[in-house]
Amino acid sequence: MGAIDINGLNKSFGQTQVLQDVSLAINAGEFVAVLGPSGCGKTTLLRCLAGFEQIGSGTIHVGGRAMSGPRMHMAPEDRGIGVVFQNYALWPHMTVAQNVAYGLKIAGMSRRDRHARVTHALALVEMGALAERRPADLSGGQRQRVALARCLAMQAQVVLLDEPLANLDVHLRGALEDEFAAFHARTGATMFYITHDQSEAFALADRVAVMDRGRIIQFDRPEALFRQPRCETVAGFIGEGRVIEAEDIVPIGAGRARARVLGAEVELRCAPSETRRKTARISFHPDDLDILADPHRTTASGIGADITRATYRGGYLRTQMTAGPQNRVALTMNIAAHAGIEPGQHITVTLKDGWVIPEARQATG
Amino acid sequence: MKTFARNLPISSGYNLVGALSHIPAGRPFRAFRLWRLLTGERGLGGVLFVFVALLSIVPLARLSYAALVVQGSLDLDRIVDVLAGRRVIEATINTVWISVSATVLATVLGTGAALLVGLSDMRARTVWVFGFVLPLMIPPQVTALAWLQAFSPASPVLGPLGLSLPPGTRHPLYSAGGIVFLLGLYNAPLVFLSVRASIQRLPASLMEAARASGARPAQMLRDIVLPLIRGGILAGAALAFVSAIGNFGIQAMLGIPARVPTLITLIYRQLNSYGPSALNDMALLALVLAGLTVVGMSVTGWLGRRGDQRVDGAAHPPRLPLRGWRWPLGVLAWGYLAVCLVLPLSALLGTALVTGYGQVLSLDTITFDNFTNALFHHQGLRQAFITSLWLTVLSVVVLIPVAVALGYVLTWRRTWIARALRLASEMAYALPGIIIGVAMILFFLRPMPLIGTAAYGTVWVILAAYLSNFLALALRPILGAYGQIDRALDEAAQLTGATLFQRLRDIILPALAPAAMASAILVFMTAINEIQTSVLLVSSRAQTIGPMIIFLEEAGSSTLAAAVGCLMVGLVLLLMGISLIFAKHLPQGVLPWRD
Ligand SMILES: Nc1ncnc2c1ncn2[C@@H]1O[C@H](COP(=O)(O)OP(=O)(O)O)[C@@H](O)[C@H]1O
Ligand SMILES: [Mg+2]
Repeated sequence: MGAIDINGLNKSFGQTQVLQDVSLAINAGEFVAVLGPSGCGKTTLLRCLAGFEQIGSGTIHVGGRAMSGPRMHMAPEDRGIGVVFQNYALWPHMTVAQNVAYGLKIAGMSRRDRHARVTHALALVEMGALAERRPADLSGGQRQRVALARCLAMQAQVVLLDEPLANLDVHLRGALEDEFAAFHARTGATMFYITHDQSEAFALADRVAVMDRGRIIQFDRPEALFRQPRCETVAGFIGEGRVIEAEDIVPIGAGRARARVLGAEVELRCAPSETRRKTARISFHPDDLDILADPHRTTASGIGADITRATYRGGYLRTQMTAGPQNRVALTMNIAAHAGIEPGQHITVTLKDGWVIPEARQATG
Repeated sequence: MKTFARNLPISSGYNLVGALSHIPAGRPFRAFRLWRLLTGERGLGGVLFVFVALLSIVPLARLSYAALVVQGSLDLDRIVDVLAGRRVIEATINTVWISVSATVLATVLGTGAALLVGLSDMRARTVWVFGFVLPLMIPPQVTALAWLQAFSPASPVLGPLGLSLPPGTRHPLYSAGGIVFLLGLYNAPLVFLSVRASIQRLPASLMEAARASGARPAQMLRDIVLPLIRGGILAGAALAFVSAIGNFGIQAMLGIPARVPTLITLIYRQLNSYGPSALNDMALLALVLAGLTVVGMSVTGWLGRRGDQRVDGAAHPPRLPLRGWRWPLGVLAWGYLAVCLVLPLSALLGTALVTGYGQVLSLDTITFDNFTNALFHHQGLRQAFITSLWLTVLSVVVLIPVAVALGYVLTWRRTWIARALRLASEMAYALPGIIIGVAMILFFLRPMPLIGTAAYGTVWVILAAYLSNFLALALRPILGAYGQIDRALDEAAQLTGATLFQRLRDIILPALAPAAMASAILVFMTAINEIQTSVLLVSSRAQTIGPMIIFLEEAGSSTLAAAVGCLMVGLVLLLMGISLIFAKHLPQGVLPWRD
């Protein structure tokens, strides 16, 4: 019903191409987050989906119906897609109930059915008591619930959300994230959720589309993005990933490979298709590094490093250090807070886990 | 070193204070400086207060006093007598229904135009907006004259079509309906500007949310856009009402020949009547007119406030594609311009190019005598133009610095004095100019205390009236520009020790220069052709060009009047053109004729 199919979508504003060859296949009922830095074209993609922008080339299908394509453009009001705007876009001259009821009124629903539907939707988001209030008299969180109730009442099969939490303070966000999840569970609608905050995307989404400069660079489950990034950009973007050079990659089967990293012999994860290579780029995260118990015993898997800075983060120490030839490579490691660590100290660390980034294919650049 | 030396007396004083209160070194120094600045601003505020008080509050108070009190006693019988007079009642009723109808017409036209320009992907929008707003800049007496000429045989549009009026028929515009029609057309741009500003503040997402809820563009317009811009529509309606009720040019040019008395023409005619309380009666009528104006403003203000919605966000509203409507709406929009601009102005030009009114314009009858007469030969015209010119220049020279200083106080000092100043200047602007005229007559009729002679009948009274009337006009673009200046700029300069005057000159003025220029042009354009106040104040000793058209028309020199009107329009166009040169340095919306 609510599957979204975007194929070869291009969109330009004047001379600048904002979306380049975007293709996404989203299953009905899936919760998809689109993640990318500010200005990469997320909002534009959403507006193309909603029908507020005409597309340059490519096609958009929702639930099997053509929405945008070569020489055709369905008006936004005909698409039956729900949108939760960043500022919620509640109409200030209408009460909460009128806001929720408006779409039903436009659809020609009788007053009685409308009332029942609105009451139900507001009850679900626990806003029944505030139905006669004006949006101006609501808090940020309450406004979001009204915006959600608006989509609930319309029973939209596809709901687009444009950074709905970006304007709220940190304390509210966690609670409101839960509300989106509950909304999704309740309606089974396809959710297309735009954000620049990875923790938000990971907490909510079944799959995350990572966007950069108008392209989708990887569309995958959160743990796959984290553990098996397909390119350096994703690897560096997700979870404070670090990308460095490795040598002598030798696949040993079962998705693992041996390699030499900063002079140490390590075992890493790799793609099944990985081949023997002289050099490769590998990625890992601060938690993948660990300090060796005895700093003076050098083993084949140990990497010597000098600590430059250690900051207390509550529960753990974030340790920054330099390693490798001429101490050129900066590394970051999280270790238990009680470990006696000071700047200037020389230690030996091991790389417990890492991922060999597959060789770039021609298609992705 | 130099500044230090200059501050020496102050720093020597600080020792004393420092010893007394143990304030850390440096603090008292700043405190003293702050005190000095405060006195500087207090001084400025005081001067401004006296200026505004002398020019608006005192004359208006004098007017109210004269209206109610004759020879030292409050004579209620006289007041009832005057107000219950048949002519006064008729004029009051006419004034109310004509202004209200004209306001409705202006509101419908202006709102429609603003929606079309603000929300659709109409082509050649910039040109159209220029054309739509242009009539507002043309003096109303010229507009009236041009429309009267539109049905003359000299009209290049209706004349050849044979649609000109046969001799002897009554001109259709010489009627109450004609006054409503012209006032409505004349004030439509005022509503347009106000509504367009509201539309530009409307967040796009509110409209998009409606579309996403399934609303068609027309439904979205009805349910979302119109309710949200109601405040802007009613604010525009209030402006249109104030402008219509006080529009002397159109009411006099059409109303007097048509024998449709309105309050404003009654006041004008009262000036020529004699009797012990003639002036007091005129003041009373002016007070009634002022009362009606205030009532109209309050009603629209109240209606607007009930719908006042805090709409924020600067996202530009989406442009709805017109698609199939492009042609019909385009024809309507450009047709409107043709009818409202080309038809009357071409007729005005046509009449100015023939020797006698009623002649058909052709190669045989064409003549430039009227223009050469107006420009070079007519003694009275030349004198009037020179008087208008230097009065206008003087007004600009006085008002712009005052407005810059006043803007500072109004924007950044939220004291009751600031609010009172603002209210007084807005009042003097909103009240029909003729009321200021009456107030000035009363105020300056008696011999002045120091000079010993009365200023009445001299150009100085006209100057005072201009200053009073146009202060708010000068203030508006400047206040807009102040809103865009980061206050920290001024505060940073204050910390370096710059005095208020230095800051105004070095920090504020450069940032304000384009707006001040726009303001100067607005005042210039309005004052050079001004008629509302000067028509009462002109005398044989002091003539201005604005009322000249009415006098010429009354004297039967229609063709000469038309030539003068053409020259006025030319001057207005020239000024508008000049203003566009530096338009890109201006905050948006300062020049009304620019999209
Ligand atoms: N209406 C528009 N006209 C011109 N450029 C636009 C328009 N909308 C967006 N852009 C440009 O497209 C790029 C992507 O914008 P957007 O989709 O809003 O990014 P994001 O939502 O990821 O921050 C930006 O560089 C922006 O300047
Ligand atoms: Mg965005």
